[in-house]
Formats: sequence, structure tokens, C-alpha cells
Amino acid sequence: MTSTAAALAAGLVLSSCGGAKTDEAPSASKSCVDTSGSTIKLGFLNSTSGPMAISEQTVRDSLQLAADEINASGGILGKKIEAVEEDGASDPAVFAEKIGKLLTSDCVAAVFGGWTSASRKAMLPVVEGDHGLLFYPVQYEGLEASKNIYYTGATTNQQIIPAMDFLKDKGVKTLFLAGSDYVFPRTANKIIKQYAKELDIEIVGEEYVPLDKDDWSTQVAKIVKAKPDFVFNTINGSSNVGFIKAYYEQGLTAKTSPIISVSIAEEEAPAMGKDLTGQYASWNYFQSVKSAANDTFVKAFKAKYGDRPTSDPMEAAYTSLYLFKAMVEKADSFDVDKINDAADGVTFASPEGPVTINGENHHIAKTSLIGQINKDDQFDIVWSSDGPIEPDPFLKGYSWWDPSAN
Amino acid sequence: MESFITPLLTGASTGAILLIAALGLALTFGQMGVINMAHGEFLMAGAYIAYVTQQVVTSAGLSILLALPLAFLGAGLLGLLLEVLVISRMYHRPLDTLLVTVGVSMVLQQLAKDVFGAQGDPVTAPDWLDGYISVPGYNWPYAKIFTIVIALAALGGLAAVLKYSSFGRKIRATVQNRDLAETMGISTRRTDRLTFFVGSGIAGLGGVALALTSGTNPTLGATYIIPAFLVVVAGGLGQLKGTVLAALAVGLLTAFLTDWFNSSMAQVVTFALIVVFLQVRPQGLFTVRTRGLA
Repeated sequence: MTSTAAALAAGLVLSSCGGAKTDEAPSASKSCVDTSGSTIKLGFLNSTSGPMAISEQTVRDSLQLAADEINASGGILGKKIEAVEEDGASDPAVFAEKIGKLLTSDCVAAVFGGWTSASRKAMLPVVEGDHGLLFYPVQYEGLEASKNIYYTGATTNQQIIPAMDFLKDKGVKTLFLAGSDYVFPRTANKIIKQYAKELDIEIVGEEYVPLDKDDWSTQVAKIVKAKPDFVFNTINGSSNVGFIKAYYEQGLTAKTSPIISVSIAEEEAPAMGKDLTGQYASWNYFQSVKSAANDTFVKAFKAKYGDRPTSDPMEAAYTSLYLFKAMVEKADSFDVDKINDAADGVTFASPEGPVTINGENHHIAKTSLIGQINKDDQFDIVWSSDGPIEPDPFLKGYSWWDPSAN
Repeated sequence: MESFITPLLTGASTGAILLIAALGLALTFGQMGVINMAHGEFLMAGAYIAYVTQQVVTSAGLSILLALPLAFLGAGLLGLLLEVLVISRMYHRPLDTLLVTVGVSMVLQQLAKDVFGAQGDPVTAPDWLDGYISVPGYNWPYAKIFTIVIALAALGGLAAVLKYSSFGRKIRATVQNRDLAETMGISTRRTDRLTFFVGSGIAGLGGVALALTSGTNPTLGATYIIPAFLVVVAGGLGQLKGTVLAALAVGLLTAFLTDWFNSSMAQVVTFALIVVFLQVRPQGLFTVRTRGLA
């Protein structure tokens, strides 16, 4: 793991020295992007079928919104965006195949999409092999950096760690961890446990349930018994409904043991079947963010798609297209190496606030927000980091972090 | 002591849901040799019927009570439709029924997704189902007890029908020896259809209970189909008492293993134990004694 990181870092240093080629196959020369016409092709690769469609379709919608807006205002380097749309079908293997097709046969200048970490991990070797660009819009477990991927969602030090800081500020002494049994919650909880030790917060329980199961009664009974000050929820998908129901049915409330979640957003909250008023979530964006850019975004989204809420991954996808535009215009080219050289420091006044690309690890500096759910299933922002947090996907800047420990 | 109460109670309600899901399967598998992989979607249909009823009848209590017969009818009719349109064309071809019903289950899931959206919709429990009983170490939600009540009612109703009604006698005769039953003047085709209707209807009832504990979503039924089949096979084909015991055993086993280890481990160990059990007793807990099945 660390050796790959070192190799990657070395690669980044090399590529930042004026686009020097590393030893991998003929890279940039392989590009078949056609820049001669009045349009530029971009790939939108999201699941519009399968179990992830519900989430990824919202990302597709906001990408289309951004493309419309950019086209209306003159395009990128004067070229209109021509979106080539593909369905990832909620299957990592399909994502790998389709991104290959988009890059080598459709010759798109960049691909936008992916949601699950499994889909990203499947696309990574392909996008590196074809030396293309992928913009990935979802918060994830970190511990990754590729010179061919831009990560526009949060990494752990912009979502998980700030949530822990918030809990410390609130005087939380005991914490219970509830998560789905797969890579993101397991990794997130590993980080949480190490940081909790540092913050002197005691972990009084840790429970996982497979993604396709929604019976949480045994686990919630353990929460009732442990009486934690707070529950840290890293459950994903519809399994959250079973968890929330069991939680309220067994007599827990936002007053007894409040929950802080990292995957319940504006769209999910109303589907839980219980009044979540008073519960918390950690994100970089809420629909309730007050800024001119967000007003425009929310209004434009509703005008195009009707009265649907906007959420963090949607905003991150929308922002990623504008970041791409800014990078290309700074590089004055659609060439991957030139874009990478220009990337560092590119900023955009996004709906969540100002974001800035870190050219070294290809993540972006984002402000961390904690929202508390109100009775309209919207989030009141109750905590915010002091401005944007520099992305640190490998948690190098945190002395307590030991990737080899458990 | 406390550490036994929690899994005992959760296990009982898990067992109840498994029983409801398995009853219909046991009936149709035992009687017709049909492997109906779309049975889980009848649970889902019941859940969505509860949701739709709640949209029309706003009183939560009344809507749940109304949803029970509606779900039985709705899921039952869906089952009848499946039998008439698809399954009746492939009796004596159990592997084909398996494949075609997997297809049907995908179609039904996608249909639910198109009509209701993939997110899932909430069903509000009425006040009298919203609380819990406090027992040492565990708060036992009324919604879970409601599941057990539904399971017991379905089981009692089914047992009474099988034992005392002429329809029940026809079912039992068909299960024991289809050809002989036919020569006795029983229309086994009609019996099959009715059996399918009742079996699917029971799943619909289970769906209402599930809607209360975990809401509705298009993949709701898919979660239960494999464990329900395990229960049917472990219980012994076409055997009510075997199905009941196996459902309870799987429910309790899963709950205790979840309590002692964790949910993922419980799943693995439960399946492994069933596989071992079937090695020792391939015919399941009980078998039908019949000359027809040598």
C-alpha cells in the first residue's frame, strides 16, 4: 500500500515537471480526442439501471444541467459540450468496460461519473492505461490518488474527521459505530477509532450489517444497552431505513443518543418513515447553504427537473464540470498532461463555496459542514470548518494515523 | 439471562417473517414442484399495497387494517396471474420454472422501481403499533409483535383450511398423489390455481408487516427469497410443521449468532449449518409419506 503510494507520488512529481513522460506505455500520444470541430465530447458514465440508479441518476441530472449552462454561455474554449452518455448498470465490470469505450472509441476528453468505490477501483486501471481523465463526484474512504482521476467529493479528512471534531466540541464522551459491511464503513471506522483515541472519546460498540439486510434490531438493542452519547452512522442505502426504524421503535431519540450520518442527505431523509428532526449529517454541501452560487444552482435545478432536492454528490458533480472547464481554459488545451500541469490552484465559486484543486493529489479543498435535520427534511447548518480544508487522502498530516494498525 | 432475551425476541420475529415468506413456497413447491423465485416480489407487492392504501386512507390505523385483506387479495391475484400466464405452461419442468420466475421477479422489481421510484417509500405505523414493550435488556417493538401475530394467524388459517375444508383436502390429496387425486374427480388444475392464490396472498400479508418494520423498496422481496427457500428445503417439502420449525430455527439461530458474533458471520454460519444439516438429512426435517413419491 505505502509502496504504491510512494510510486504514485513519484509519478506525480515527474508529471508535474513539465509533463515529462513516465515509463508507462505510449500515453498522451494515444489520445484520439478530436478538437478540430465546434464541439468537444465528454463522457457521462453513471448507473441509470440497477440498484445504484436512484443515486447516480441524480448525478447525471446535475451533470446535464452544468453542460446546458456551460453551452449556453459559450462552451469550453469556445466548443460546445457534446455529452456521450453511458450506463454503468451498477456493475463495476460494466464501468471498466464503458470507460474504456468512452476514452478509446468515442474519444471523449474526460469522463464524469462513478459512485461506489468498487466502480471507481474498476475504472482506475483503465483510465490510467488509456491516459484519460475521470471526475469522480462522491465522498469516499480516501487512501487513493491517481494522476488520471480528479476526486471532487470529500475525502475522509473533509467529512469523517471534521464530524469527529464536531462531536468533541459538543462534549461527546462515548460513541457507537453502526455501518454497512463493506469497504467504506470499515475504513471510515478504522479512522474514527484511531482519532477517537486521540480525542479521548470512548468507542462503546461497533456493529456492521450487510448492505442487503435491513434488520437492525439486535444491533440497536446493543445501542440501547450501551447508552452512547452519539451514534456514528456509516450505513448506506435502504439498510438505513431498517436501522432508523429499529432505532426509534426501541425507544431511542435524537435526545437520548443522536445519530450523525455521512450518507443520509436531502433525498434520503424523507424516505426513512420516521421524523428525523434533530439528527445530524456531515457533508460539504446542503441545499440550505446560503450563497449566490447556490441560489442559482438550486433554482436552475428545480426549473429543469421540478421540485426535487439537491444534495452533496449532485453538487460535487455539477462543480466538477465547471472545474474541468476552468482547468482546460487555464491550460488552453484538452491534452491530459497539459490539463494536469495547469490543475494546481484552479478554483471555482461552487454552490458549496469556493473550492480549489490540489494539483498534487487531485482532490479539492472543501469546507466541511454539519447539518441538523429540521422538520422539513432540510438541514440547518450548525457547524462549519474554518474555511476550506486541504485534502489529505492518505492522512499524512495526522500523527495519530497508522494505516497498519487496526 | 438478559443476553438471551434480546436474540430470543428478535429471533422470534425474524422467524415469523421467514415463516410467512416460506408458507406459500412450501405449498407451491410441495404440491406442484414449482420453484417460484418471484415469490419474494409478492412480499414486495404487499408492502406497496400497504403504502398505497396509506396514501388513500390517511388514518394510519385504519389503513393498516384495510391493507391486510387488500394485500392478501392483491398479491394473491398477482400469483394467480403468474400461474395462469406462465407457470401453468411449464409444469413438470422445475428448472424452467426457476429460470422463468427469476425473469418475472426482475420484471416486477423494475416495474416497482418505475412506478414508485427506487428510493423506497415510508409507511407510517399507527399509534398502537408505534411503541414497544420494555423487557430487561431490550425494547421489543409492537411492530415486530404484529409480525408474529400475522404469522400465527396465517399459519392457523392455513392449517384450518388444509385440515377441515374440502379445498384443503383436495390440496392434500394432490400433494400426496396427483394422478390418483385426478382419478378421484379432483380438478388438480383448479386446485393448483387456488393454492397459488392462497400461497401468494400469505406473502402479501407478510409484506404489510415488513412495510411497518423496514419500509418499502423494490428489492424488499429479493432479500427474503433465498432464506425462505432454505427454510422450505430444511423443513421438508410440503410439510407445514417442518416449515414452521425450520423458520423458527433459522430465525433464532441467526439472531443468536448475530448477537454473539456479527450479522455477516451469522449469515455465513447459518447457511453453512443448513448445508451440513441437509447432508445428514437430505429429505429435511419431515417428509411426506406417500406411494407417489417413492
